[in-house]
Amino acid sequence: MSKPKLALYWAASCGGCEIAVLDIEEKILEVDANFEIVFWPCVMDPKYKDVQAMPDKSIDLCLFNGGIRTSENKKMAELLREKSQVLVAFGSCAHEGCIPGLANLYSKDSLFKRVYKETPTTENSDGVYPQPVTKVPEGELEIPEFQEKLVPLSAVVPVDYTIPGCPPQPHQIWAVLEHIIQGKALPPQGSVLGAGLKTCCDECPRTREEKKIKRFYRPHEIIPNETQCLLDQGIVCCGPATRSGCGGLCVKVGIPCRGCYGAAPESPDQGAKMMAALSSVIDSQDPDEIEQIVNSVADPVGTFYRFSLAGSMLGRNRK
Amino acid sequence: MNEFEPKIVGFLCNWCAYSGADLAGVSRMKMAPNVRSIRVMCTGRVDPTFILKAFACGADGVLIGGCHPGDCHYAEGNYKALRRSVFLKRMLKEQGIDPQRLRIEWISASEGDKYAKVVDEMTETIRALGPLNQRNKEMINA
Ligand code: FES
Repeated sequence: MSKPKLALYWAASCGGCEIAVLDIEEKILEVDANFEIVFWPCVMDPKYKDVQAMPDKSIDLCLFNGGIRTSENKKMAELLREKSQVLVAFGSCAHEGCIPGLANLYSKDSLFKRVYKETPTTENSDGVYPQPVTKVPEGELEIPEFQEKLVPLSAVVPVDYTIPGCPPQPHQIWAVLEHIIQGKALPPQGSVLGAGLKTCCDECPRTREEKKIKRFYRPHEIIPNETQCLLDQGIVCCGPATRSGCGGLCVKVGIPCRGCYGAAPESPDQGAKMMAALSSVIDSQDPDEIEQIVNSVADPVGTFYRFSLAGSMLGRNRK
Repeated sequence: MNEFEPKIVGFLCNWCAYSGADLAGVSRMKMAPNVRSIRVMCTGRVDPTFILKAFACGADGVLIGGCHPGDCHYAEGNYKALRRSVFLKRMLKEQGIDPQRLRIEWISASEGDKYAKVVDEMTETIRALGPLNQRNKEMINA
């Protein structure tokens, strides 16, 4: 019997998801032994036309990381959807947009201006901006078009499963791959794989008491006590709004949860849940003081939606 | 003629603002017909998710009406709602949405006139701001 075919692809992402796959260490050999890797641009060199030549649905499993930012990302998502039986949104970018999705707070024009003109290290006195088509003596050159905003994978093609995380933790990746290698039945379509069904708080070893917060701190403004809940100490921790699955890596070492496993199962909007959680712990009934305490949270959108802006309730259908 | 009529979702607490709205109605007070009211037991029940969902599904404004400070039937629900609204307004603003689209008001059961006034004012504010143009079909049915 031939081995099941596996594909991995990256769209608008940082490459961390690829590293996370390699972080399963020697088990990568088992992946190779059990799958035929037909497409993985990060480690081998197949071309677009090779994928195009594959019969439809011939890839058994495709792990797709990265959000959809350019026309090329979209084209690859559509092609891989066509060629794959099971398409997985792998990692936070494909799932909810992640850090690259924060760029949705700005228009394409202002992003280009910032990146290609204003950054201190940029020298661009001719005001050259990337163009989808450029005429040169030899003919026309094309590059993918940067779209107005970044969208999660599920916004352009139907997605069968999601593996959250920035990046997904290696033991979780292995658990999913092992499940498939052992030929076990797949969970219902649409399931989130390689993660828990609770919040990060439920995996946190710190002790929680009643919270009464008069001001919020950023991590560098305070040295946290080692055993007490970080939010109890006024440190903005996204644990209450974030899906479990990482094993509480950050909170165990005194760093507040940044929210990389995305929205928690019961609350689809991570930012909304964070606002609810923080509002419950603010110790004030005075409107002015409340305002002051709320303002002590630096950058609420970037903090509460650090990983999920593009997939959030308002972010999903922003023009 | 497609003149813009603001759609406002009003989350009104059972014990005060909803009764105030009721009073405005039975007293036949004249007011803008733009608020779709949803009765909740307390403003403390209004999770920020509800508000964002209202916007995402096509509301141009969201009104939260609750008991005056100190009068909440469940002691502290309205303070919680106030804190959430401060967070939400800041967050809306950062996302390029005018924070005036969210309004929180304390309206007692005897303040039918105040309810009518708030509704009229808010309708005009939103009319001036124009439509929000968020309409997420997949979420409307979710
Ligand atoms: S009961 Fe009216 S605000 Fe709580």
